[in-house]
Amino acid sequence: MKLDLKLTKQILTTFVKEETEKIGLKSVVLGLSGGIDSALSAAIAVEALGRGRVFGVGLPYKLSSRESMADAELVADALGINLEIADITPFAEPFIESEKDMSKLRIGNVLARMRMVTIFDRSAKHGGIVLGTSNKTELLLGYGTWYGDLASAINPIGDLYKTQVWELSEYLGIPDKVIKKQPTADLWPDQTDEGELGFTYKDVDRLLYEMVDNRRRKPELLKMGFDEDFVQKISERIMRYQFKRKIPVIAKVSQRTIGRDFRYSRDWGY
Amino acid sequence: MRVCLAQIKPFLGDTAKNLKLHEEYIEKAVAEKCDVIVFPELSLTGYYLLDYVSDVAMKTDDRMIKKIVALSKDISIVFGFVFEGEDNLFYNVSAYAEKGRLVHLHKKVYLPDYTMFEEARYFAAGKEFSVFETAIGRCGILICEDALHTSSIYILSRMGVQTVFIPSNSPARGVVGDGLEAASIWQTSNKYTASLLTVNLVYVNRVGVEDGVAFWGGSEAYSALGSRKARLPQFEETMGIVELEQEDIRLARIHSPFYRDEKSHILLDYLKGD
Repeated sequence: MKLDLKLTKQILTTFVKEETEKIGLKSVVLGLSGGIDSALSAAIAVEALGRGRVFGVGLPYKLSSRESMADAELVADALGINLEIADITPFAEPFIESEKDMSKLRIGNVLARMRMVTIFDRSAKHGGIVLGTSNKTELLLGYGTWYGDLASAINPIGDLYKTQVWELSEYLGIPDKVIKKQPTADLWPDQTDEGELGFTYKDVDRLLYEMVDNRRRKPELLKMGFDEDFVQKISERIMRYQFKRKIPVIAKVSQRTIGRDFRYSRDWGY
Repeated sequence: MRVCLAQIKPFLGDTAKNLKLHEEYIEKAVAEKCDVIVFPELSLTGYYLLDYVSDVAMKTDDRMIKKIVALSKDISIVFGFVFEGEDNLFYNVSAYAEKGRLVHLHKKVYLPDYTMFEEARYFAAGKEFSVFETAIGRCGILICEDALHTSSIYILSRMGVQTVFIPSNSPARGVVGDGLEAASIWQTSNKYTASLLTVNLVYVNRVGVEDGVAFWGGSEAYSALGSRKARLPQFEETMGIVELEQEDIRLARIHSPFYRDEKSHILLDYLKGD
């Protein structure tokens, strides 16, 4: 799973530069959460486009930890990029209060989608493309909000496992504090990713890498020492959240249906 | 012979823009007094065309093809496009134009259709490998995957090929470990093919990103002695010029007479099941 870091950086910066500029845009906009995924995405964008063309948006909610925004500022300062703080409380709160007893999950989803509304709005303001910050581990586990934090126009780190995100972040000089901190979506106080998922990123990445990249089947995985329940649980998760990785299902009627047999690259004509 | 490796970044499906790109590079190569310029696979169209294949397809009497062929009065040109055959089937082809004439059209035989590739869904497959006579000797074209199959290099060798052109669209993948896995496969294969066939070899891979997939470039050339004569940088749109010598083929065949000693009847007997 160990990356050739120099090459990875070269591929990802080429990707950001070309996918941004080929559609006539000059800059990128992304949410800066104070976490490592958005920090790494921003660092790649800086390498690709230069710091003046990267716009970070901090999107706190009234219950967000103060540390998150402090870390977002730390990242923005370290990279020398633009940072705007857009508090989502004034429009998230009325929505949340309009329904009684919203569950933590629902509130989390509302916040993630409010953030995405804001980021897409700022992308129109700055004429920038929205940079996604979901990594491969999260995408495979479906650990993200559909049309919330999973929404973006281009994503430089979606083919990197969390373990590889850590590795590449060190190489690109992300502040140590951000690399070392507990991963959290910060959707409610004291939330941590690993606490919520019930396993560590390091463990699940080892398994995902063998399952997905090396195409190992269950008997082989067990022989390699992976726990059967863990393998089962992760396999089911990958299947259950496939919908988050696809465009909506369209009922087929005509000869050529979008996505199924009307097939063009998104970069068609660029 | 002086060969220009045109490591370009085509626009996906925009043949007019790509024609302009060809003209610019051809002009530069002519100014550099090159004998031949080699463009990557599908250089006039880009790679991930999918359903767009039939829309950008051209016959050999197409205005754009005629234009490039006309430019070959000053320099021989290897270029790629989607060819619509008389049978109304669509082929991934590379053409060789020389002295204002279309000398050869190779239809890609081995269409990759695994993992990230789905060429066989959109293209018809060519059925043969062949050589053609040019001002720089007897040449053969293998398009990308073609060159990774032993049948292709074996047949070209038995047909007496002297220079092999390999236009390619190889995506960057496999960054776990040291270096790029895709690059490593190609570099090994190119050196092997040049050394074992004792032929000059020119590999031109494109650069640029299409739908998130980066093509890694790294175009290179080997002499018949197996030594690398050029390697262009990865991920950078650029051109390189290399001198390849016919004399190296002679020297290579004196040192390593693999070509002379090959016994085709062994293969034939095997294929017959004897």
